Amino acid sequence: MRRYSAFAIAREAARYHSGWERAWASPEPKKKYDVIIVGAGGHGLATAYYLGKNFGITNVAVLEKGWLGGGNTGRNTTIIRSNYLQDTSAAIYEKARSLYETMSQDLNYNVMFSPRGVIMLAQTEHEVRGYQRTAHANALQGVKTEFIGPQRVKELVPIINISGPRYPVLGGLWQERGGTARHDAVAWGYARACSDMGMDIIQKCEVTGVRREGGKVVGVDTTKGAIDCDKLGLVVAGHSGVLADMAGFRLPIESLALQALVSEPIKPCMDVVVMANTVHGYMSQSDKGEMVIGGGTDGFNNYTQRGSFHHVEETVRALVETFPMISRLKMLRQWGGIVDMTGDRSPILSKTPVEGVFVNCGWGTGGFKSIPGSGWAMAELMAKGHSPLAEEFGLNRFAEGRFIDESVAAGVAH
Amino acid sequence: MLILHCPYCGVDAEETELHAGGEAHLKRFGPGSSDADFESYLFGRENPKGVHFERWRHVNGCGKWFHAARCTATLEVFGTYSAQVLEPPQDIRDAITAKRPGWSWRDIQ
Ligand SMILES: Cc1cc2nc3c(=O)[nH]c(=O)nc-3n(C[C@H](O)[C@H](O)[C@H](O)COP(=O)(O)OP(=O)(O)OC[C@H]3O[C@@H](n4cnc5c(N)ncnc54)[C@H](O)[C@@H]3O)c2cc1C
Ligand SMILES: [Zn+2]
Repeated sequence: MRRYSAFAIAREAARYHSGWERAWASPEPKKKYDVIIVGAGGHGLATAYYLGKNFGITNVAVLEKGWLGGGNTGRNTTIIRSNYLQDTSAAIYEKARSLYETMSQDLNYNVMFSPRGVIMLAQTEHEVRGYQRTAHANALQGVKTEFIGPQRVKELVPIINISGPRYPVLGGLWQERGGTARHDAVAWGYARACSDMGMDIIQKCEVTGVRREGGKVVGVDTTKGAIDCDKLGLVVAGHSGVLADMAGFRLPIESLALQALVSEPIKPCMDVVVMANTVHGYMSQSDKGEMVIGGGTDGFNNYTQRGSFHHVEETVRALVETFPMISRLKMLRQWGGIVDMTGDRSPILSKTPVEGVFVNCGWGTGGFKSIPGSGWAMAELMAKGHSPLAEEFGLNRFAEGRFIDESVAAGVAH
Repeated sequence: MLILHCPYCGVDAEETELHAGGEAHLKRFGPGSSDADFESYLFGRENPKGVHFERWRHVNGCGKWFHAARCTATLEVFGTYSAQVLEPPQDIRDAITAKRPGWSWRDIQ
């Protein structure tokens, strides 16, 4: 792999950019791999990357039914933060956030991580107490967050209306090193690094069956034929239920649509991410100047990557109250992704009833921020059979009633 | 926008009048059942990409719960029916078979 650098740009500029290589190879599948990962979203690719980087396992294929990053990884609003309540969650989300800090250097690929700061607004007394509690929990976990008052919120976000009639801003949970990154670049950067380690990333290859012998996985059926493997990782977000069905078990997951939208580009007006969980909306400004907007999930099971229009209206209504100046803004695009929701709003990283099959799913509305930490833990789980970061996120927590309740921290969908 | 016919008050209600209540016809397991059955009743879900039976409430209307059969891959509605049944009635099954020959859902066909 030729490294990207300022020198490379100068070199290519001098020869009409004729020397750039393809970022990753697109091979035909081999007959057999040590490990197959289903799903080339951020979590699948990060799993493959850390299998190679941390454990030297490189005879790996990542199979993707569509195109790389075309699932939720390329559809999300890219909020990165780690201010969760439970210790278990803080550990994996903070691991991920800290890996984002150095991801561009690590991958030699600019993922545009922008730790511009994230505020979660407190707009009811209940929320004030909730976020103060989270700030205390974060202090004990070593995650740097702070509960700030309304004046500080106004200083950080001059365009916000802190004295709205129904839900005035009473304060906020502020994580200074939270922020955003470029979603496609995360998928592309990992793919390039995986391909460089000799792994096969195979797009337009849908897994249609999981082949088992004596309770153990032996391979998969795909639209490009049967492929054998020793271990199989299912990392398919909204399609986890479908893949689990192929492998013969059920998951505590429901698939729902989550939508987002962006406005026309405008001059810089907000340099932090603001989330308003009570009124259900959040917003940030992209480097291009578009306001990036999201809200809550739609209510019913859905695999169509389309949501209902009234949810968009509810989200925008809430944000116009909070940021009156956006009321004349035109919206350019709106889209949906299929998110994998668990009852306790925490992910599943686990072995399964089928030997050799592992699942990584349930990140629901908030798994972009966790991609590197999740890949790190999943690789360890698949390579060694256990991982401290993944331990508590096993499927057995449902049987044992050991939930990792993040329904408050997950508040609004993000 | 999703529109469901409320079998109780007869209104063709649109989504903002309705509240989704999740998977229908769950088989309940309580005290005395095995841990696996209890867990599966509480948390395990079919979550199919295709024919789905579900509970809905006409919340901003007559307030009644009812059942709907719907396709999660196309958002097509096959029909709605009473909440007072443990399995989808024959006419609903026939309506689904006409559109999705060979479908099955749990042990229901
Ligand atoms: C609108 C929206 C906004 C969001 N905003 C945020 C946010 O601000 N911050 C945040 O942290 N998170 C956010 N999320 C959540 C985040 O996007 C997801 O949790 C994360 O991207 C999941 O990554 P993944 O790799 O698990 O799944 P995906 O990126 O969905 O990848 C799964 C892949 O599996 C493939 N696949 C499925 N079935 C098969 C098959 N049979 N064979 C082969 N391949 C298959 C799919 O095509 C897909 O590419 C948002 C999500 C949405 C939809
Ligand atoms: Zn009614």
